Amino acid sequence: MPQPLNYLKETASQTAGPYVHIGLAPGAAGFKIFEQELGTDIAGPNAEGERIRVEGTVFDGAGAPVKDVLIEVWQANAAGIYPSPADLRADQVEEGFRGWGRIISDFDTGLFSFDTVKPGGIAGRNSRRMAPHLNLWIVARGINIGLNTRMYFDDEAEANAKDPVLNLIEQANRRGTLIATREMRDGKPVYRFDIRLQGEGETVFLDI
Amino acid sequence: MKQGEIHRPNAREASGEFFQRDRRIHPPAYTPNYKTSVGRSPRYALLSLQNSLSEVTGPTFGHSDLGPLDNDLILNYAQDGEPVGERIIVHGRVLDETGRGVPGTLVEFWQANAGGRYRHKKDMYLAPIDPNFGGCGRTLTDENGYYYFRTVKPGAYPWRNWVNNWRPAHIHFSVFGPGFVQRLITQMYFEGDPLIPHCPILASIPDAEALEGLIAPLDLNAAVPLDSLAYKFDIVLRGRRSTLFENRLEGN
Ligand SMILES: [Fe+3]
Repeated sequence: MPQPLNYLKETASQTAGPYVHIGLAPGAAGFKIFEQELGTDIAGPNAEGERIRVEGTVFDGAGAPVKDVLIEVWQANAAGIYPSPADLRADQVEEGFRGWGRIISDFDTGLFSFDTVKPGGIAGRNSRRMAPHLNLWIVARGINIGLNTRMYFDDEAEANAKDPVLNLIEQANRRGTLIATREMRDGKPVYRFDIRLQGEGETVFLDI
Repeated sequence: MKQGEIHRPNAREASGEFFQRDRRIHPPAYTPNYKTSVGRSPRYALLSLQNSLSEVTGPTFGHSDLGPLDNDLILNYAQDGEPVGERIIVHGRVLDETGRGVPGTLVEFWQANAGGRYRHKKDMYLAPIDPNFGGCGRTLTDENGYYYFRTVKPGAYPWRNWVNNWRPAHIHFSVFGPGFVQRLITQMYFEGDPLIPHCPILASIPDAEALEGLIAPLDLNAAVPLDSLAYKFDIVLRGRRSTLFENRLEGN
């Protein structure tokens, strides 16, 4: 027998369940307990770049809206920098820009929406630039392990065409499932991004 | 480093790529005995990516995000008395797969009250709400990855899956780690609970050892005599490679 490697194993995932809001967004569960809930402001007041809204619905395999979903967003600022010690330029991020947020769908309609700034393009591996994108993590009752995906922007067609992740998707007709569509509403940009967990138009999910 | 200060790794320490997730120990998306998963599970294979800056980075949290009672579920929602139930302390370490403690990371937890009822507008179970119990809390791990909180032991509760399904007593946990790919939600169970072998959600875990890893042992050494019992629950997040001989993730 060779020497043992002695690595530990990651703790197994379990579903977030129907009452995930109690722990992560108690206001949505119907009560106030913490002085401040976390993840309610992604960009903060000082962030540069275009202010945008994102909205959409998560659909299940029957095409019904998932009304108890919780989504976390992680993104870079408009200059493509993440506010994290792993980003060498993190000290250049605007004061108050957290880049992270928690989004709850409406319990009656399933619609979710959030406000942020549009991120910039991001340095990728081997000098290949990644198109602007949001990183999303989706949990809910019935989801056994959080689902990772990305949201890209349809007004970045040139950058999207070169993006190393979009290009990895073998079935080119599925790439569009990661691209949000822009419209102007009352003079403000709104991106629509629906997520389909299963069936026709199933969103591309990532093992990262 | 001063007492209580959180060690923030520098960019070189922090930018190593994460070990591949071993999905054989996690529940697959489609687990028909847990019925809700049937319509909420992707059918296509996941697209496997090498880490980029988008994966090795993640949000950070500090003590200013938390309130002083956030890790004390016995007091953090008390109105005119303390909650009913068996008083317990839950404690342990957040580690990564290399065995190192994960310092300064956010741990959140939520649970039913001692009667098995959640304070949630969608929970209609007939057991009563406890006026003095909110059922959620959060804390940051210390410089060694250690965390603890105080609560009452949650009750088992019935749920609609098979006609007569009961969840074993459990506490839900949400954990971060420095990289967004380490994000994990899981549940902690209690040693000796006779409902454990009957639970379709627990049985969604295909690996026996991984399942046992969710069962917290009674820890009498950490109990407070004449006050509270204790359970110990360690959580392991994905590990990361050292940056020796690493291609830089960022170009240029
Ligand atoms: Fe539960």
